[in-house]
Amino acid sequence: MPAVSKGDGMRGLAVFISDIRNCKSKEAEIKRINKELANIRSKFKGDKALDGYSKKKYVCKLLFIFLLGHDIDFGHMEAVNLLSSNKYTEKQIGYLFISVLVNSNSELIRLINNAIKNDLSSRNPTFMCLALHCIANVGSREMAEAFAGEIPRILVAGDTMDSVKQSAALCLLRLYKTSPDLVLMGEWTSRVVHLLNDQHMGVVTAAISLITCLSQKNPDEFKTCVSLAVSRLSRIVSSASTDLQDYTYYFVPAPWLSCKLLRLLQCYPPPEDGAVKGRLVECLETILNKAQEPPKSKKVQHSNAKNAILFEAISLIIHYDSEPNLLVRACNQLGQFLQHRETNLRYLALESMCTLASSEFSHEAVKTHIETVINALKTERDVSVRQRAADLLYAMCDRSNAKQIVAEMLSYLETADYSIREEMVLKVAILAEKYAVDYSWYVDTILNLIRIAGDYVSEEVWYRVIQIVINRDDVQGYAAKTVFEALQAPACHENMVKVGGYILGEFGNLIAGDPRSSPLVQFNLLHSKFHLCSVPTRALLLSAYIKFINLFPETKSTIQEVLRSDSQIRNSDVELQQRAVEYLKLSSIASTDVLATVLEEMPPFPERESSILAKLKKKKGPGAVSVNELEEGKREGELNGGGERGGDNSAIAASNASTPSPSADLLGLRTGPPVTAAAPSAGSLLVDVFSEAGVNDDGFLSSAPPSVVSEDPAPPLPESNELLNKFVCKNNGVLFENQLLQIGIKSEYRQNLGRMYLFYGNKTSVQFVTFTTTVTCPGELQSHILHIYTCKHMFILAYTCCDKLNVQTKPVEPLIEGGAQVQQVINIECLSDFCDAPLLNIKFRYGGALQNLTLKLPVTINKFFQPTEMASHDFFQRWKQLSQPQQEAQKIFKANHAMDTEVLKAKLLGLGMALLENVDPNPENFVCAGVIQTKAQQVGSLLRLEPNAQAQMYRLTLRSSKDTVSKRLCELLAEQF
Amino acid sequence: MQFMLLFSRQGKLRLQKWYVPLSDKEKKKITRELVQTVLARKPKMCSFLEWRDLKIVYKRYASLYFCCAIEDQDNELITLEIIHRYVELLDKYFGSVCELDIIFNFEKAYFILDEFLLGGEAQETSKKNVLKAIEQADLLQESQTEDWGGLANEEIL
Repeated sequence: MPAVSKGDGMRGLAVFISDIRNCKSKEAEIKRINKELANIRSKFKGDKALDGYSKKKYVCKLLFIFLLGHDIDFGHMEAVNLLSSNKYTEKQIGYLFISVLVNSNSELIRLINNAIKNDLSSRNPTFMCLALHCIANVGSREMAEAFAGEIPRILVAGDTMDSVKQSAALCLLRLYKTSPDLVLMGEWTSRVVHLLNDQHMGVVTAAISLITCLSQKNPDEFKTCVSLAVSRLSRIVSSASTDLQDYTYYFVPAPWLSCKLLRLLQCYPPPEDGAVKGRLVECLETILNKAQEPPKSKKVQHSNAKNAILFEAISLIIHYDSEPNLLVRACNQLGQFLQHRETNLRYLALESMCTLASSEFSHEAVKTHIETVINALKTERDVSVRQRAADLLYAMCDRSNAKQIVAEMLSYLETADYSIREEMVLKVAILAEKYAVDYSWYVDTILNLIRIAGDYVSEEVWYRVIQIVINRDDVQGYAAKTVFEALQAPACHENMVKVGGYILGEFGNLIAGDPRSSPLVQFNLLHSKFHLCSVPTRALLLSAYIKFINLFPETKSTIQEVLRSDSQIRNSDVELQQRAVEYLKLSSIASTDVLATVLEEMPPFPERESSILAKLKKKKGPGAVSVNELEEGKREGELNGGGERGGDNSAIAASNASTPSPSADLLGLRTGPPVTAAAPSAGSLLVDVFSEAGVNDDGFLSSAPPSVVSEDPAPPLPESNELLNKFVCKNNGVLFENQLLQIGIKSEYRQNLGRMYLFYGNKTSVQFVTFTTTVTCPGELQSHILHIYTCKHMFILAYTCCDKLNVQTKPVEPLIEGGAQVQQVINIECLSDFCDAPLLNIKFRYGGALQNLTLKLPVTINKFFQPTEMASHDFFQRWKQLSQPQQEAQKIFKANHAMDTEVLKAKLLGLGMALLENVDPNPENFVCAGVIQTKAQQVGSLLRLEPNAQAQMYRLTLRSSKDTVSKRLCELLAEQF
Repeated sequence: MQFMLLFSRQGKLRLQKWYVPLSDKEKKKITRELVQTVLARKPKMCSFLEWRDLKIVYKRYASLYFCCAIEDQDNELITLEIIHRYVELLDKYFGSVCELDIIFNFEKAYFILDEFLLGGEAQETSKKNVLKAIEQADLLQESQTEDWGGLANEEIL
């Protein structure tokens, strides 16, 4: 046990600490501590009143136990008692205990505050300092409430001792950080600023921290500090090393104060007053000059203190960014440090140069050090230094050196530390994209990344290469060729398989002419990787396969066979099984036209901020990627924009162009509006949908309907039948209207195919968000919904399929601005005759409230009529042929509308049948003929309508080769007249 | 500065000073992580590292690591000299300080730190002034402890 040097400590405490240190095991230690705790507890609870010394000793033991990492749940009261002792050492231990172990027991806080109040008003500077230290250490809101008003008074009072002023200044700083609303400087402001002139250096050192913090929040109120700070700095910088006596540290005058002064100046722009500015520039030059002087001491403390000031001065120079001369000098100085033998200096020089690289005055000067920095990346032994070197290379990269830097970073990646690989990958990917002049270089770089560091290539990176390839048709062929070659490697990374699958699925046709990469060769190559891949990748490959069926009909049977195999169609993974089943079904039932539409090449992605940049920002925090960086991108982008593809230039460039405020965007780390993730929107990114699916464990592509809102679709509106009837005889018009929304329809039919345009109009002035629509065939048909997310970001085709109808819905914008209208296209294929119309469910949020409504899509069997002209003779012959009772349907009903011959004719024509003149002997009657076209069969139908004007009644008779058709047509038409 | 930790080569925490409000749980977690990170570094490596969104500045003196967490705009080198000045203060006070001095007189180590740094900022950088304040307190202590000189027997527990 060492002799206690001074003040004769507590012997019992020393014995206890020795005991603990002698404990051979953790258990023994805990046992000893529990014994001690029991002892202290009994002492505190005992009848005999403890004297102050014992109390102090036990409180100190409790503190020691707590600092060992054990919980302490008593003794607080005894510690508070010590605060009111008039013995300094007892008070001191009491305050220490409170500082370390304060809890927000309100009763206790009141007692503590009381004790503090007494000490603050004691006029004993030692007690006052203890109380102020306690407030500064605890810094709670309760303390701010109690003392924030009193402390400024102590700080500026003329008779306050220097040491108390110092404590008061920093105490106030701590309270200001906790509760800025409670610390009101007001009338004290100017006197606090003038503490910068205090003759006691310690007071200035303490006060300046407070002033800096206050200046950051209220720069205008404190701006007089600038000239005071400059003159103080000037006096220190020009002083001889002995002038400041004990404030000189290893021959450096007042290094802490100098740094704090330079830091304070960084809260303000360069001084406007010419004289002040001149004096400051002089200081900065002196500091730079001193760096070149021989050291006054060999001690590291000397050089550290000196360089601390130098780095702070350089920070100020960079902050001003207005003195080219100083910036270049700073850069040269840092350049010297890059090769310094002190690792710390190399580290800081690399770090500081990163910010210099973004100044237009010094960017070129920084670039001259490229070889040194590359060397640092290769040879530094400390990973954190290498990290700085990589950061600097990234910061100094521009068009002129991009290829060199990217190549160096790629080669470094092969041996890079695991801890920085992912970030390196992101940086390489961003630089490659940003400075790509020819995109084949970009594609090569990214594929190299995957080859070298596949595990660290995040989704964002490979999504991005796909986005770019899809958006730039000049690189698609090259990309297909390159991935095809890369996939030849016997062991290639799964990310390569993903990129390869996607790109070949989209653009495999571009290299299919070469027999070495014929469709079947491509397919076999991809499929050879299939079994080694994870479920999400397999899912992606299945999507690539169905795309192959569309691209290369000759692969259809091979691929169908694969899909049909038990390992696919009965896969235990639901997602894979579903895909196999659905793709197989799709490939066998859909016509080539439908297949071509569903599996059409992906449209270009909306140009927006690179998802990788967003990721890097997220990784580094919002501040790390400067606005500058984005603007840099913009600058480069504009250059790019002059290139061959005009508007369709680099994705980053366009993203900037479409981003109204880069600073706002910096904070929005997530690209795209937050609601688009699951909406089948044209605005969401690949990333969004994929990451959404990643969150669900469902697998890669969610098979849930593309609905953002969890609510089930509403039941059809009561009036939906009526609305449907309105469109039996017409194809265009307003389907639905309420106070918010109007839905217009235009449709056209040919043979068994139809195309419908829906126009959703927002009648309000407020935008509709998360607007989604879903089309389903009603349950009676045992339909199932087949949403084919064609392996793609936003281009989600909802494919509703039942035995009778194929309805393919193109995506609709998820956001409808007030007063705006969006359009949706729906393709319909009639497979066989049907009764029930598909249901259209619409969901959106209007002012936060979910709107959910379901209508019947006006698709009725008569839409697929082909009119058949025939002579009277033929008509009656066929009429007689359809004479079986079930082939006829008849209705006698009352007229709902005026019996106007012309109106009736127009309606019957609208029905889609041919209106046959001069067939029926009774000229009042109407007869029509037509054939309903379905994929499965054609259904001939004949109609006879006999009006009775006197009775205001009709008799309607329908005969068809299929009973269900007669019945359905009869039902539909009975409502029309 | 957000906090300062002193720990031994064996990873035993000897002193902790927190200048930002954190829960005990969070403090323990930070300590554990940081002690591990710093102890894993090799001697010639640089004294600074990025950790979470903070900068860590550390230096080893004999068997003790002194480790400070500072914010982004704070100056690494001057923090390194804060550490050094604190070591000088301890050394001067205890006379050639060693780890045991800090273990057995932990309360003194805290008092000295409070005179030097307050609220995470340098309060008084003059070695003389700091030591003068501590010595004055010790004088008060000595004059008061005389009263208790005869009670040594009770002190064993």
